[in-house]
Amino acid sequence: MLPTLSGRIQTRIFLLAVVGSIWTLIITPVLPTEASLAASYGATFSVLLVVLVLGVLWELVYHGIQQFRWEKDWPTLFGLLTAIPEGLLVWFLFAGGAIPWIGSLPGPAFVIHFVSTWLIVWLVANGPMRVPFIHWRINGGRLI
Amino acid sequence: MSESTIAPQQTQTPPQPGDLNDQLIASDFWTDQMLAEAGIPVVDVPFVTFGGGIGSFVTVDYLRICGVPTSAMRVLTPLKTPWESYEYLTTVSQIPRGERLRSDSSSCPDNIWGFPSYAIREALQGDLKQAWNVLVEPIFANYYTPRAGHAFESMEKEMYRIRYPEMVVNGQVRMVRRRVGGGYFTILTPPEGATPTKRIAYRSQWVHVAVGYPGLKFLPDLQRYRNEHNDYSRVVNAYERHEHVYERLHQRPGTVLIRGGGIVASRVLQRLIDDRDQRGLQTQIVHLFRTYVDRPHGTGILKRRKGADGWAYQGFNYPKSVWGGQLKQQVRKSEGEERARLYKEMGGTNTPVRRDWKEQLRRGRSEGWYRVMIGSIEDMRPVGDLVEVTVSTPDQGPHTGTFDAVIDCTGLEADIREHRVLADLLDHSNAQRNPVGRLDVQRNFEVTGAQNGGKIYASGSATLGGPFPGVDTFFGLQIAAQEIADDLIAQGFAQKLGPGRSTSQWWKWVRNKQI
Repeated sequence: MLPTLSGRIQTRIFLLAVVGSIWTLIITPVLPTEASLAASYGATFSVLLVVLVLGVLWELVYHGIQQFRWEKDWPTLFGLLTAIPEGLLVWFLFAGGAIPWIGSLPGPAFVIHFVSTWLIVWLVANGPMRVPFIHWRINGGRLI
Repeated sequence: MSESTIAPQQTQTPPQPGDLNDQLIASDFWTDQMLAEAGIPVVDVPFVTFGGGIGSFVTVDYLRICGVPTSAMRVLTPLKTPWESYEYLTTVSQIPRGERLRSDSSSCPDNIWGFPSYAIREALQGDLKQAWNVLVEPIFANYYTPRAGHAFESMEKEMYRIRYPEMVVNGQVRMVRRRVGGGYFTILTPPEGATPTKRIAYRSQWVHVAVGYPGLKFLPDLQRYRNEHNDYSRVVNAYERHEHVYERLHQRPGTVLIRGGGIVASRVLQRLIDDRDQRGLQTQIVHLFRTYVDRPHGTGILKRRKGADGWAYQGFNYPKSVWGGQLKQQVRKSEGEERARLYKEMGGTNTPVRRDWKEQLRRGRSEGWYRVMIGSIEDMRPVGDLVEVTVSTPDQGPHTGTFDAVIDCTGLEADIREHRVLADLLDHSNAQRNPVGRLDVQRNFEVTGAQNGGKIYASGSATLGGPFPGVDTFFGLQIAAQEIADDLIAQGFAQKLGPGRSTSQWWKWVRNKQI
């Protein structure tokens, strides 16, 4: 991808809010959450929200790293591998009780939800996104 | 450029009906009456594009997808297919159909969305290695790049899908002039005998200029050698046909001097070494670099390009983010001196890193048949069957050697005035030059100063130096097409390509449904 800073942030918000939400709606009922459906949705959407909010901060870091690249690009693989630090941070926040409004989210449920959502968002960002939004790729990932 | 693109358009012949007259040639603005008096028939069409190469093709493709009917556009061209000139150049510079270009996977002139990209299409046909390549590039693999043949075949498919041939009119464009009352006249010279009159005028509100490279320019030493010794055989430029050089090396062992540090030098070296390997030749290679890059280089820690063994390494002909990212945005916002500085920072001859090339040259160095020199050619003269070349080196003074052939791999582009139509735009349509001397265009690729109740647009190499750097590339031409289409949409010529239309049109592309 060839993102600008505002393109990164806009893409992150749009894809998590739209693609991430649709996927979370679909997958939550089958996650091993050991909780009621309402509580499960509360937990998974909270994960999504935290990934989104922290993600805006992460994008600042990625943009900084990008400045050291001659091409000023962001290789496809980076978009995939950044799931690791981001996922770990979100998990530590949940496990450490830093997200007060959530009771608990079992590890396997978190992993399945987070990894599958990340993969889908990453796949959409690397191709299908260009189909409805023809200007998106030449505008550094900006939608507006 | 192909010969047909740069060929002189006419020679002195007796007057034919419907030809240009002195009054027309001298006037910046033409009236309908002036053309009627000259007997030149007028064809009305809202949008005319000429050149007819990939620049015209991707622009028409975009506009067709935006709902413009074939009857509203004409492509005036001497070319048989949009890729004819390009294929001529890639073939002579040693990238035949089976070899890979230097172009990104999602730069697809047959597909405005760039999805599915070439690599994914290859993967869908069973070559999963290509999908892996785009996943891990450029960290764990060299950049994927499509085969030339893949690009041409997919363009051919798109050409029929959008009914491109219905819009093509064969001939050579002689000039564009502004029309009194608004719009433009584009003068076409059809093939001899094809029409009753010598010229035809296309009266349109919009004109798109996509004539490609204005011409090839040779370094002065090469030009001087040719003028003095009339030898076009032993000293060649890699953008000309030079198959005879390789053939001669098959017949007898020889030593070749290669000059240049770009992609063409890389490909010519590969050809010479492939021939050595596959046909057991004993070719000796001397490689002359004017600038020898031995390490990463640039203006600061945040602007450092890789380099080694003489070469500056870069995936594509510009840093990748000029085609959509940070650098595109930065140059777009820049003007004058700042823009010139940005171009300078990104500039310089470079070539992509490819493992097979590095392996060949490493082997050549260790076995002694590939040697490098640093300097510039001072003199060349024929000596018997050979060419004696004197090179001035920065450290050790002049060196003289004899070679069976000299392959010049530097690609200088001629001034835009070398192209008759561009020169005419400068002289009669108030077109201007940009900071690097090419045709000045606005952010919407409109030719600055040429508005006349309509617009002239230009894309491709002639517009280099403008607010968008990557103009002379597949994707660069598509970006120009998008800007032009957006501007035409704003003027009501085409329909907006919002998410709904874009998605439904993409689905038609997937099904190869004719539009």
